[in-house]
Amino acid sequence: MDNRNEGFTGGFPDAVYNSQTVFRTLMDCMARPGSLGLVTPELMPPAPLGVAAGALMLTLCDHDTPVWLSPKIAQSNVPGWLAFHCGAPLTREKSEARFAFLEAGAHLPAIAHFALGAQDYPDRSTTLVIEIEALDGGRPLNLTGPGIRDVTHLAPRGLPAELLAQWTDNRALFPRGLDVVLTAGRQMIGLPRTCKITALEV
Amino acid sequence: MSMPATELAAYNFAYLDEQTKRMIRRAILKAIAIPGYQVPFASREMPMPYGWGTGGVQVTAAILGPQDVLKVIDQGADDTTNAVSIRAFFQKVANVAVTTHTGEATVIQTRHRIPEDTLREGQVLVYQVPIPEPLRFLEPRETETRKMHALEEYGLMHVKLYEDIARHGRIATTYAYPVKVAGRYVMDPSPTPKFDNPKMHRSEALQLFGAGREKRIYAVPPFTDVVSLDFEDHPFEVQSFDKPCALCGARHVYLDEVVLDDRGGRMFVCSDTDYCETRRADGHVGEMLGQSQEAAE
Repeated sequence: MDNRNEGFTGGFPDAVYNSQTVFRTLMDCMARPGSLGLVTPELMPPAPLGVAAGALMLTLCDHDTPVWLSPKIAQSNVPGWLAFHCGAPLTREKSEARFAFLEAGAHLPAIAHFALGAQDYPDRSTTLVIEIEALDGGRPLNLTGPGIRDVTHLAPRGLPAELLAQWTDNRALFPRGLDVVLTAGRQMIGLPRTCKITALEV
Repeated sequence: MSMPATELAAYNFAYLDEQTKRMIRRAILKAIAIPGYQVPFASREMPMPYGWGTGGVQVTAAILGPQDVLKVIDQGADDTTNAVSIRAFFQKVANVAVTTHTGEATVIQTRHRIPEDTLREGQVLVYQVPIPEPLRFLEPRETETRKMHALEEYGLMHVKLYEDIARHGRIATTYAYPVKVAGRYVMDPSPTPKFDNPKMHRSEALQLFGAGREKRIYAVPPFTDVVSLDFEDHPFEVQSFDKPCALCGARHVYLDEVVLDDRGGRMFVCSDTDYCETRRADGHVGEMLGQSQEAAE
């Protein structure tokens, strides 16, 4: 594909129905942390954005939602794609971002730098979309909390080490806090702030 | 432009425009992440008056897809005005499949009842909420109630329940009975009878609440603790009924009183019409079902 066109092509073939499908998948993933969601519509976001991450961008972002992009994504064709398809403003201030996107292997900035919401408006916080290597085959984790019957097992590969280290702090902030969506290719997993993550020793 | 006359007033799928849907969808996601917290949203004018379920309709419109099967109930019934018009609305603007059977539905929009059949994983229950703030009748100022939620300061609610006991000897609140969600936020379960409160506790279905006039969306994810507020010496109790349903003989369900004549005649029947009809189809017969058939003959 002509690289210059990459910022315009590769959106949802059918925006209305595709964004509904992707939203329902994400809603189920957030309501049932640890359950695997699959993005079925055909779309081709510019690298390094994954299919699921791109689908979430098209489904959720618009002129009301300042978006923060990791340095590598910010230098790609993604900003143009985001502007063309969503009309969402970019922000360099993490604390202003409603959504933040990180490519696989990107350094995760300190969680406290993002918008964490206020005690009386905890919904005004950033949702972090983090691309990782794979959603299985990694270090086993146990998830508990609302949306989970007893306990769910998860073994994401390539999860930023900083995320686990900071997750306890994030949970301690409740009801403030970040919500995270892990994506790998077409797949996604929701980690709302209520989710308790315990690392299993192997 | 050769547009057929019938398509002149064409709407987007499920009535709302895409930007509105995105805004509502973002609110729903935050509501799920903070169980019981009321997320403000930019509620739109709907082609029905406030108080007719504009909040529930907007939530349903934002989540509904062509593959969904929709059920709408009003006080448990599929065939009352509110339920019939909202069902017809979505058939028209989303061309979605509808049902009256609880088990077949993927999305159930409800006004003031939870179906008697246990909801299962994958179902979404959308409540129409008139006043989302449980503390509103105790504290009219939004700035104050917001602060009370922020500080988890719910003493006032317990005082209210205590005053019930002091005055009536028991907690007299029978509907919109306050609950605590996931051990943090006190939430108004919408004016459902307190009979339905236990069904919300660790329900397999996702529960979404929409208040259109008050512009709030809140949620209870599946398998989330929903505990009705009470006292050790005055534990939470649900209503019980002396007699079974007069039509299907069901016990331990919520019954509506139906006045039959002006001489004090009355009957009690299931408020959940689908539950009652299914039981009757299965051959269960209540006390008055035989009578009414005899009278008809």
